[in-house]
Amino acid sequence: MELLSFGDTGWGDELFFATLMTIAVSIAAMAMGFVFALIFTPLKLSKNKTLNVIGNCYTTIIRGVPELLVIYLLFFGGTGAAMYVASIFGYNGYIEINAFITGALAIGIISGAYSTEVFRGAILSIDKGQFEASKVLGIKKNIQFYKIILPQMLRLSIPNLSNVWQITLKDTSLISVTGLVEIMRQSYIAAGSTRDPLFFYSVAAVLYLMLTFLSMKLINKLEIKYSKGY
Amino acid sequence: MISIVPSLLNGAVITLQLLVSSMFFGLIIGLIFAILRINKNPIINKFSYGYSYFFRGTPLLVQLYLIYYGLANIEFLRNSFFWVIIKEPYWCAIIAFSLNTGAYTSEILRSAFQTIKKGYIEAAQSLGVTKKITFYRIQLPIAIKQSLPAYGNEIILMLKGTSLASVITIMDLMGEARKVNVLTFKPFEAFITAGIIYLFITFIIHNIIKYLEKKYGFQT
Repeated sequence: MELLSFGDTGWGDELFFATLMTIAVSIAAMAMGFVFALIFTPLKLSKNKTLNVIGNCYTTIIRGVPELLVIYLLFFGGTGAAMYVASIFGYNGYIEINAFITGALAIGIISGAYSTEVFRGAILSIDKGQFEASKVLGIKKNIQFYKIILPQMLRLSIPNLSNVWQITLKDTSLISVTGLVEIMRQSYIAAGSTRDPLFFYSVAAVLYLMLTFLSMKLINKLEIKYSKGY
Repeated sequence: MISIVPSLLNGAVITLQLLVSSMFFGLIIGLIFAILRINKNPIINKFSYGYSYFFRGTPLLVQLYLIYYGLANIEFLRNSFFWVIIKEPYWCAIIAFSLNTGAYTSEILRSAFQTIKKGYIEAAQSLGVTKKITFYRIQLPIAIKQSLPAYGNEIILMLKGTSLASVITIMDLMGEARKVNVLTFKPFEAFITAGIIYLFITFIIHNIIKYLEKKYGFQT
């Protein structure tokens, strides 16, 4: 237990801040995932064949390759690309791009693919009569989307989004390979310097379990709140 | 570009080995825990639930590190026969992956068991079929058929999971891609080629499952 005390002697405060970092990265990734999902869901549902193919490629490729691959590609590829762009402007030094941003972007791309599928499913399960009714009433397409489809879509996708959130939360552990100090990285460092990997990885496991447990409780509350009246 | 393909394919063989062996052990573990889970004894029931909760609630990377770095820390295990197994990263990876996929498989099978129509079991009971035969001849085949689509997803998730083996020094497809990246400083070539191979394997698994579903699929 001494190992977990706060202050200079223990790892308690380090692990606490690492947990906050995990939460921050997860939220950032989930938010980016929403942006990707809101871009690609209409593409997947569109009647235009080309747009459709683009949407399908995104979800199929991202869900078919390992998460680690996306992270490495963005991390190493991103550094290379940034250095290339800088060399055009005459800077030839080494550039390291921010691990938080690349990590959140990589996990965001992945969680976006899952969210896209969730949103698509939710929109498809909305009764067709509502689309027809709003058309008959002469409601414009974008108002129809914002006032009729979007609120229902969000409500219908809460249960599945909670799964996506869990996946995202667990995927953030992979960002540790790029050196961002979140739970996994911090336990790795602590395990290395105290030579007690069993203890610190168990602590990491408990922290992740706590996060998944608490977020489950929170999401269940949201679900009950938003399904009132149905 | 072409020159890196053979080494990546060598890695892909290791990836497939890891996948097949962990799916095999995972299926056995999953089946055992699914049966424990539908047991009416609350202690057995809770134990099985706890197992699947732990392995589904923590990242695979944590589990892998716990087994690879953590188990080696226990003096008792280091002096025992198990040391032969847990000192090898390859076996550690298989243990971690099997336990992980076992947890998900047990959930898939459990929900399949629970959605079997009560009528089938009642019919068997009224015909005087013993409990054992009801389980092996009626519940188990139906559960396996019903869980095929979800199990197919699990295989693909596990294929992606095996890429984590590369962080504990195993030269699987991902490990080879990392090596190529380090040697040539061409991240795009290395990782995109590896990605194409992963996609190709995913595609094959997807089609095999689709074929099996068509052939053995169970319509209720």
